Amino acid sequence: MTDWLLTESDLKAIATGAGILGTGGGGSPYLAFLMAREQLRAGRRIRIIHPDSLDTDDRVLPLGGIGAPTVGIERLDNGDEGERLVSMIERVSGQTITALIADEIGGGNCLAPMFPAAQLDLPIVDGDGMGRAFPETQMTSFFIYGQPLSPSALTDASGNALVVTHATSARQLENIMRAASITMGCHAMMSTPPMSGEFVRQYAIPQTVTQAWTLGTAVETARQNKTDPVDAILQEAGGQLLIKGKVTDVERRVVDGFVRGVISIEGIADDRNRRLTIDVQNEYLVATEDGQQHAMVPDLICIVDLETGRSIGTEEQQYGLRVAVLVLPSPALLTTPIALESVGPRAFGYDFDFVPMVQKPAPT
Amino acid sequence: MTGAVCQGAVLNKRHDNHHQSATAADGAIHRQSATKLKVGVDVGGTNTDAALLDGSTVLGSFKVPTSADVMTGVREAIAGVLHTAAANPSDVTAVMVGTTHFLNALVQRKHLSRTGILRLCGPTSRALPPMVDWPTDLSQCVDGGIAFGDGGVEFNGDPITALNEAAIRDQCAIWRQSDITAFAVTSVFSLVNPAAEIEAARIISEEIATANISLSHQIGQNGLLQRESATILNASLHALGQSTVNALKAAFAELNLNAQLYLTQNDGTLMSAEYAVRYPVQTIASGPTNSMRGAAFLTGLTDAAVIDIGGTTTDIGIISAGFPRTKSEGAALAGVQTNFRVPDVLSIGLGGGSIVNTENGLSIGPESVGYQLDSLARCFAGNTLTATDLVVAMGRVELGQPALVANIDKQLLAEAQALINHRIAEIIDRMKPSAEAIPAIFVGGGSILISGNLDGVSEVIIPDHFGAANAIGAAIAQVSGETDTIVPLEKTTREKALEAAIEAARDRAEAAGARRDTLETAYIQETPLAYLPGNAVRMVVKVIGDLRP
Repeated sequence: MTDWLLTESDLKAIATGAGILGTGGGGSPYLAFLMAREQLRAGRRIRIIHPDSLDTDDRVLPLGGIGAPTVGIERLDNGDEGERLVSMIERVSGQTITALIADEIGGGNCLAPMFPAAQLDLPIVDGDGMGRAFPETQMTSFFIYGQPLSPSALTDASGNALVVTHATSARQLENIMRAASITMGCHAMMSTPPMSGEFVRQYAIPQTVTQAWTLGTAVETARQNKTDPVDAILQEAGGQLLIKGKVTDVERRVVDGFVRGVISIEGIADDRNRRLTIDVQNEYLVATEDGQQHAMVPDLICIVDLETGRSIGTEEQQYGLRVAVLVLPSPALLTTPIALESVGPRAFGYDFDFVPMVQKPAPT
Repeated sequence: MTGAVCQGAVLNKRHDNHHQSATAADGAIHRQSATKLKVGVDVGGTNTDAALLDGSTVLGSFKVPTSADVMTGVREAIAGVLHTAAANPSDVTAVMVGTTHFLNALVQRKHLSRTGILRLCGPTSRALPPMVDWPTDLSQCVDGGIAFGDGGVEFNGDPITALNEAAIRDQCAIWRQSDITAFAVTSVFSLVNPAAEIEAARIISEEIATANISLSHQIGQNGLLQRESATILNASLHALGQSTVNALKAAFAELNLNAQLYLTQNDGTLMSAEYAVRYPVQTIASGPTNSMRGAAFLTGLTDAAVIDIGGTTTDIGIISAGFPRTKSEGAALAGVQTNFRVPDVLSIGLGGGSIVNTENGLSIGPESVGYQLDSLARCFAGNTLTATDLVVAMGRVELGQPALVANIDKQLLAEAQALINHRIAEIIDRMKPSAEAIPAIFVGGGSILISGNLDGVSEVIIPDHFGAANAIGAAIAQVSGETDTIVPLEKTTREKALEAAIEAARDRAEAAGARRDTLETAYIQETPLAYLPGNAVRMVVKVIGDLRP
């Protein structure tokens, strides 16, 4: 298997696709894109490798940002956060890191490993721990399938660092990391423990960098050719169109640091007289029509601009936007009984079980 | 220049009506008393418009082609409107100018000052240098030396590092050697605490007496890279700002005008000439704003859709509480991403010159005959069927030779009108703030295309002087002050934080030329921030008031 060396246009496509896979959350990939691009322009390389090319004794470090996007766009990174995480974890664990992987492919975290990967000339595994965006650390396939909890680490732009050598649960690790990131000015880079090549082959959501690239390329190509970007997404990603419509109402509030709300979408053209609501908890979670759930987490509910295919984040939603609501099937690793405990509807406070989009029961 | 012919024909008709009524109703009164007149000028890409106002009465307007040097057009437009309205230059107390001058300078990379760039961030924010996302040729024109320094604060106001005065003085020595006098200073979270920027400015001006320093907290909003870019653009435009203001004042002297000069800002409010010299970048995108504000003024409406129909395109925006609704994402100026908020305007390819196609079903636009309407359109003996021909055939306007379009099928006319109305109604619906029907104000020469009802629109209004709404918008502009800050509410109460934000905005408005006792809070936007502790809230406050006499 040959490595995939990213070009600037690959980066752009990946950023666009990561926005769509963000399912409304995950933050903007713009700054992470610029950082990665600067590395390419400085003559360094960003290599993507297939999970199957990992050896059993490879050591793969998952990386991602943690904190408030509002801070991330104002107090920018120093640039050594990722390097320091790698060297700290190597020191504490006595292992040599041989590859990096994104915790979260959706939104800005998709590109988080690229800057340190270029600096250290480490390859990045084509995959991640979510296949989308989720609000919390413990919601990765890595933790769901038994990644150890320590040593985990945080670094910030000012030079502070923290290693967690013990945590009693993934939830407790998330609490510790969240609290520490707040004292670091609400923006930090985080790594969870290194994983073996074998573990990553089995439990990483596979080939999601490629998926982001494919989605992004479809949208960018449709834009250039002035063809329908929504059709392009559906053709390339194998998803399903729920509705083409306009946003008619946005109800939004912040509860315990999380944005919650409901977005109403009224159908237009072929979908006239249909009305869909989307529940929001940082990401788009459940799509409902006539009291029936059409799609639900962990299936990916993506909302894109009808004309440009650009992903629309939960914070951007407003009356009058012309949108397409698409559902992409959840990665298989997130729909097992054990995974659904962490990322199924009940994990988000709903009183129903996950029904995958493709097996939707016929209306009674 | 057919767009202009089309526009001019309608404009003149309206003007004649207006002049008759103005003279009959109140013209005599104005001529007798020594009144305080205002002139609004809008320098657009194609035309320069001037409008003369006495209080809220429009005395006249005048349109000339925009000149390459800008100033000639401004002078001719002002002279023209004064002559048309038989007004005495000495009665004019204020001239408000909206201009594309500075944007053109950036686009053409001309007249830009090399700028010393200082980012105060301590060890943070080093991963991306200033101007990293600029077009390279523009950043090369502007780059006068980049330095990173200690300073800046966290989101909660805690210092990142203390300012290093000696390091700034050392850097000044380098800048002094390369004769840099324009500076852009940006510190992290300067909207939470600007002290580092202010202190750095003091140090730089001690070292370099002629320094002209732009501080980011006075220019942009949260988002370091974009605020810094706006600050650098501003610094690079400083010298041009000074020469532009000087040239405008010289033009006034030639016209025997002894009036105060103001420039209109992106948000539709004014800055004094002195202020404009310091913040030229704030004037860069004022054109659409002036047009929408003028429409609001001409109709007395504060909440409406404004539709500016030209020869080739139709621009649709929303005024809310008398001011244009702005886009949520920042504007790209000459290829530079900033976080300036500019009016949220949607454009479609529909205008007076749009080509009508009847093959494969009826379509109108986006192709347009543009400036060649008066040679290509059927009513001007051309071979192309345009939207204007349909309106002439309907008998709504007299243009060219109506007989040439008299044989157009009546059913086609009805279908075309329905299609035009449908397309505009759809864009209005996309833009309007809620499902409720709103009034629609039409300005620009192409307004003749509209007739009848529009879905989702409560009222269709085409005001007098609709062709000069942009210049009128400039003439009636007020003065504003704005703050954008992130407040963790654990150390204060929401009420106290809001009060402080409003007070800061009022200080800014006063500095920009407002009368403090007329200031009113125009909007308060509170956004609770996801993932931030202590119930942090972003507060954006804008106050607006009348101009100090």
